[in-house]
Amino acid sequence: MQTDPMLAFLIRRTGQSAIVVLLMATIVFFGVNVVGDPVHMLVSPDADQAEIERVIRQFGLDRPVIEQYGLFLKGAIQGDLGTSFIFGQPAVQLILQRFPATLELAVSALVIALVFGIPLGVYAGIRPDTRSARAIMAASIFGFSLPTFWVGIMLIMFFSVQLQWLPSTGRGDVGSFLGIESSLFTLDGLRHIILPASNLALLKMSMIIRLTRAGAREVMQQDYIKFARAKGLSFGRIVRVHLLKNIMIPVVTVLGLEFGSLIAFSVVTESIYAWPGMGKLLIDSVLQLDRPVIVAYLMIVVFLFVLINLIVDVIYSALDPRVSLTGAKS
Amino acid sequence: MSASLPSSQKPRFKDTSLGVFVSQFLESPVAVVALAILVVIISLAALAPWITPQNPYDLAQVDIMDARMEPGEEAFAGYTFWLGSDGAGRDLYSAMLYGLRISLAVGVFSGLIAMVIGTVIGLTAAYAGGRIETLIMRLVDLQLSFPAILIALMLVAALGKGVDKIIIALVAVQWAYYARTVRGSALAERRKEYVEAARNLGLSPARILFGQIMPNCLSPLIVVVTIQTAHAIALEATLSFLGIGLPQTEPSLGILISNGFEYILSGKYWISFFPGLALLVTVFCINLVGDQLRDVLNPRLAK
Repeated sequence: MQTDPMLAFLIRRTGQSAIVVLLMATIVFFGVNVVGDPVHMLVSPDADQAEIERVIRQFGLDRPVIEQYGLFLKGAIQGDLGTSFIFGQPAVQLILQRFPATLELAVSALVIALVFGIPLGVYAGIRPDTRSARAIMAASIFGFSLPTFWVGIMLIMFFSVQLQWLPSTGRGDVGSFLGIESSLFTLDGLRHIILPASNLALLKMSMIIRLTRAGAREVMQQDYIKFARAKGLSFGRIVRVHLLKNIMIPVVTVLGLEFGSLIAFSVVTESIYAWPGMGKLLIDSVLQLDRPVIVAYLMIVVFLFVLINLIVDVIYSALDPRVSLTGAKS
Repeated sequence: MSASLPSSQKPRFKDTSLGVFVSQFLESPVAVVALAILVVIISLAALAPWITPQNPYDLAQVDIMDARMEPGEEAFAGYTFWLGSDGAGRDLYSAMLYGLRISLAVGVFSGLIAMVIGTVIGLTAAYAGGRIETLIMRLVDLQLSFPAILIALMLVAALGKGVDKIIIALVAVQWAYYARTVRGSALAERRKEYVEAARNLGLSPARILFGQIMPNCLSPLIVVVTIQTAHAIALEATLSFLGIGLPQTEPSLGILISNGFEYILSGKYWISFFPGLALLVTVFCINLVGDQLRDVLNPRLAK
């Protein structure tokens, strides 16, 4: 009987993802246990001797490392990665509480980057030899070189301190719409998100410009564009229908992958703007040695990453018929 | 290239392969200016102790009464704070040049170590082939599918602060790029006739790898080195800004910017602004030079 190639692909790809998560969990576990001190990871620094011994027994730290590794994995599968010393709450719960704030920041940044990046990239690709196209490309190298955290500070200095137009810290009022809570639904919240989202967007804008430009240049030389022009279609229509459609596949793929990096990079932006997301929580935890939260953050982000990669891969293979589902290439 | 030169005439510089490379590089005025600025920046950093009015980390030379002076104000000791002073009364110009030294040293040093490790691993993968190659390349792909800052955060969280630890983290972040690049070009080289000839001559695999194949992989490697050094400098600054990179005793540009951040809301912009500008100009110039190098050395990879 012939199996469905898409199903086989899904199963194989999910299996690979599971292996990656397991591998990263192993690295994080041994990183903490071999490099760091596991007792420090589990008890707060000001615990007394009796407390320390109680924890050592409770978490089985007197047992062999392999057994402990098994216990760690068991806990991880059940969603239990320890309790924060600072907040006294389960670490996973703490991070998930802050996840919506990070998500809305990353999504807003992505939208800003796309709205500016794609038109600029398309223009630079269609008219590669004009002065403005060269300027766009030079600006994209410049954007690439800008230290995100410094730009964040400069945005605060200019828009919050000098002009006093926009607030510099926090998330503002959080509104609720269709059961989703987000600061995107209130005017105050929107005012708060403009600076951090633009700051985070800057990082990806240069990349989107370069990617779109490369795609546009390639597509413009294809026969079907020449044919469309010969047919007498207007230039605007060629760009909208034939060009954009064909450069979207690589752009969407890379964007999917880059979305994860936006979440990782929001660590920096959240620290500057005191945005109450999980990135700021991570930095606070690193500074306060709240190790269960660090481990939980790393595990959740790795999981998120592998999940995004999986989704992008599946969408990509569904969109692009040239991708072979049965091939050995992963 | 210079095969048919008359024997009486010495080859002129511009006909040698190095000469061609130099003249092609010089074709872009932007890259030349960037390189010139870079040379100035490196010289300033190297000469810091001799061209700054104070050693910002010698407590005897720093006066807390001079704290947060605006650019152009005069210090107690008589010299002028051209770029202002920071929260501890250090001359910002001096602190920046000393900070540049640390930033450049950490970036370049970690880049070089990563290059050596990545090159050896990449060459090994290309030469060994089979299971070893698959294993190494899977590892490279795995690492490259995560953003550099996440890997660095993970390592710094496990290792802690310190110059040595941040260098380890930067090397761990970068090696995979080198390994991938070198393996790619080594695979192409391995099939060429001169490698076959060397093998027939009975040269050892190590000699073929490092003596024959490696020199031919240098062009793409040089491009990666430039871009990665810029990345490393920016990443170190980011981690140091977040307070999880270098310690306060090794004040790189990132730490100077971080120190200035607390004064931003009171309008004292210069403490963060100038060190950030220095960081930006340095990274930007390295990237511009790298971009031109890529165009000259590897037309296939042209933008």
